[in-house]
Amino acid sequence: MSHTVEKFFDEMQANVGDVRSIYKAYQHWLKNVPTQQLAAKRAEAELLFRRVGITFNVYGEADGAERLIPFDVIPRLISSQEWAHLSAGVVQRVRALNMFLHDIYHKQDIIQAGIVPYTILSNPQYRPEMFGVDVPNQIYAHIAGVDLVRTSESQFYVLEDNLRTPSGVSYMLENRKMMMRLFPDLFRQYAVAPVEHYPQVLLNNLRSVAQSGVQDPTVVLLSPGAYNSAYFEHAFLAQQMGIELVEGQDLFVRNNAVFMRTTQGPRRVDVIYRRIDDDFIDPLVFKPDSMLGVPGLLSVYRNGGVTLANAVGTGAADDKATYIYVPEMIKFYLGEEPILQNVPTYELSKEDDLAYVLDHLDELVVKEVQGSGGYGMLVGPAATKQELAEFKLRILSRPSSYIAQPTLALSTCPTLVEQGIAPRHVDLRPFVLSGKSVSVVPGGLCRVALKEGSLVVNSSQGGGTKDTWVLERDDIQPQKTSQTNKQGKKEEVAC
Amino acid sequence: MLSRTADHLYWMARYIERAENAARVLDVTYNMSLVPTATGSDTDLWEAAVEITGNKEAFARDYDTANAKSVIQYLTMDSNNPSSIYSALRSARENARAVRVTMTTETWENINALWLEFDQFLRKDLTVEGLGEFCDWVKSRSHLFRGVCFGTMLRDEAFSFVRLGTFIERADNTARLLNIKYDFLMPAQYEAGGAVDYYEWSAVLRSVSAFQAYQKIYSDAIDPIRVSELLVLRHDMPRSLHACYDEILPIIEQVSANRQSETKRLAGELHAKLHYGKMQDIFQHGLHDFLESFIHSNHVLGQEIQRSFLSATV
Repeated sequence: MSHTVEKFFDEMQANVGDVRSIYKAYQHWLKNVPTQQLAAKRAEAELLFRRVGITFNVYGEADGAERLIPFDVIPRLISSQEWAHLSAGVVQRVRALNMFLHDIYHKQDIIQAGIVPYTILSNPQYRPEMFGVDVPNQIYAHIAGVDLVRTSESQFYVLEDNLRTPSGVSYMLENRKMMMRLFPDLFRQYAVAPVEHYPQVLLNNLRSVAQSGVQDPTVVLLSPGAYNSAYFEHAFLAQQMGIELVEGQDLFVRNNAVFMRTTQGPRRVDVIYRRIDDDFIDPLVFKPDSMLGVPGLLSVYRNGGVTLANAVGTGAADDKATYIYVPEMIKFYLGEEPILQNVPTYELSKEDDLAYVLDHLDELVVKEVQGSGGYGMLVGPAATKQELAEFKLRILSRPSSYIAQPTLALSTCPTLVEQGIAPRHVDLRPFVLSGKSVSVVPGGLCRVALKEGSLVVNSSQGGGTKDTWVLERDDIQPQKTSQTNKQGKKEEVAC
Repeated sequence: MLSRTADHLYWMARYIERAENAARVLDVTYNMSLVPTATGSDTDLWEAAVEITGNKEAFARDYDTANAKSVIQYLTMDSNNPSSIYSALRSARENARAVRVTMTTETWENINALWLEFDQFLRKDLTVEGLGEFCDWVKSRSHLFRGVCFGTMLRDEAFSFVRLGTFIERADNTARLLNIKYDFLMPAQYEAGGAVDYYEWSAVLRSVSAFQAYQKIYSDAIDPIRVSELLVLRHDMPRSLHACYDEILPIIEQVSANRQSETKRLAGELHAKLHYGKMQDIFQHGLHDFLESFIHSNHVLGQEIQRSFLSATV
């Protein structure tokens, strides 16, 4: 597989034998650790994760079997310099996206200015119910997960902005806890920026967006319940923030306010961190057969009786059809140049783009505009002739439902797999929090495609996770170890 | 705490207790069926077991006669019987699963392990010979459950509702057991001191782990009035009605805080009857009536708890 190695930027070794400076100390350490020992650490981690119940349910699998997301013990490192660039970039992006959301639900200046087409208003994710509604601090996406990928030393791209109910932050927190337990010596050597304060920052933000005049706001986390794929995360975050984990049936609406049923009687709720999609949140307004939501919730929300985080209607801004306008939004609202770039994107509703895409289908990645989780997506270079032909028909039947992007040469990171340590493709989702201010905890969910050559990192498609170490100092010297290199005990790093 | 959470915890505990009581009744019934009777038939005995733990009419729909085989099936593995050990343990586990994050890891793991172990009994046909082992297993699992709650849970509302569920259910079961057995064991031609009598009353005592206590307290022949006193009025007998209400009353006062409610009043009234009651008076008015009225009041209290804390309807 040496020929494929050349094509991809590796996080540890930019070129064969050329270890990047921030990785030098780690690589030195790794050289001295037998692979069996790493495998034993991984087994220990799995056991602990299973005991705590950090599992997710996979849709469509027999009786909603609980599975563990594979965890890789080799971290992804990000230098303080890189992080300064990335964090400024994602914060800038989320600021612009929040302004965009406020705009499209109010004066619609960006449409008047001809920058974003009026068709945005007929996007199914645009909620006319939100038009003219003022939300506290004009914040819509309180929690945003921005997916980043890297293709070279200096080139990062934004793959998508997740502004609805982005998940995965529990893995950022639990993976870190696990790594500190498994490899305390490495943390002594590296100055890794802490992430543990995320729940506190989130809670402070949520409290800050209560309606004005509320002295001690009550915040709850609204979950679809134990059968949801991300239930573990809901329970985890509620516990970390010390707030109630509620389901729709626990809440009710009376006198333009939302209450939860407690053993001490009804208690007023001021802020709802909801992990239920718009469609299910209020059966009186959206899906009438939803058992997950709270009848009347939207009406209270529109009248300012409760705050929802994220707001209703944020899907209009993270839709793949809107994505292409984000760099323009940044210029329009902030008067700044975008710090992070978009992936070049073809809109199949445009005739020229469509023709090009159909001609080059085997080189491109085609995604459904509404899709998420890696479902309904074509990776051209990995597809068979038959798959290509079938997908072509699907595109032709509804071209405007698709966009296409070049297949990105996602960077790889050394990963412990069956055969030893080998490069696997990774991405990174930092979580941007907006409340009083916009901030991002140094780190994120690093997803890794465990299958050799695979570019799909989604956990539902066989992806795993890694801890991400954002370094506070980039000048780490390899620690002098007296340990002798046990010959034959280690396996060569495969690239 | 959230009403739904309290509801799950309360019912989890009730179902575990229910399974334990079914196992106790079965175990004792089976042992009694081995003692020869005057008529040579043990149908009455098995019918009584159904009556204590379940619903006679529902049983009659699915089974022809009450005998060892049919009643054991009905009370252990019958998934159509909501009071079978199978149904009770499954409901307990489902309630636990819904709130597993609010309970301690040990409590959850304990209930989950219980369910996994139960699966093994489900796989093999439960024979009459295996019944004793199975009943012992259910009882010891229930002991473990209470122990893990007691040993690991924070003494907060969650703990209160778990305890409340246990004792409301237990009071109901003890009262039913005594009520049915009393009817059954006190025929018109009551002849105290008979050998059968001894076995039967001692079996009742054994079913609530009270045989040794009886010997210790009375060190005398087994007498129905004393048995009743032990199971109704003795506050130091852990499965007696009085002991249950010694637990229930303070919990209800605590979770009600300063609110005045029917729940509080009813619990206080029931407790007072048991605390200040005299066995002679109870017998004068008829033990049967006393127990019937107790079972009803205990049930009403359960409904009040449900209404004011667990469903919080407004």
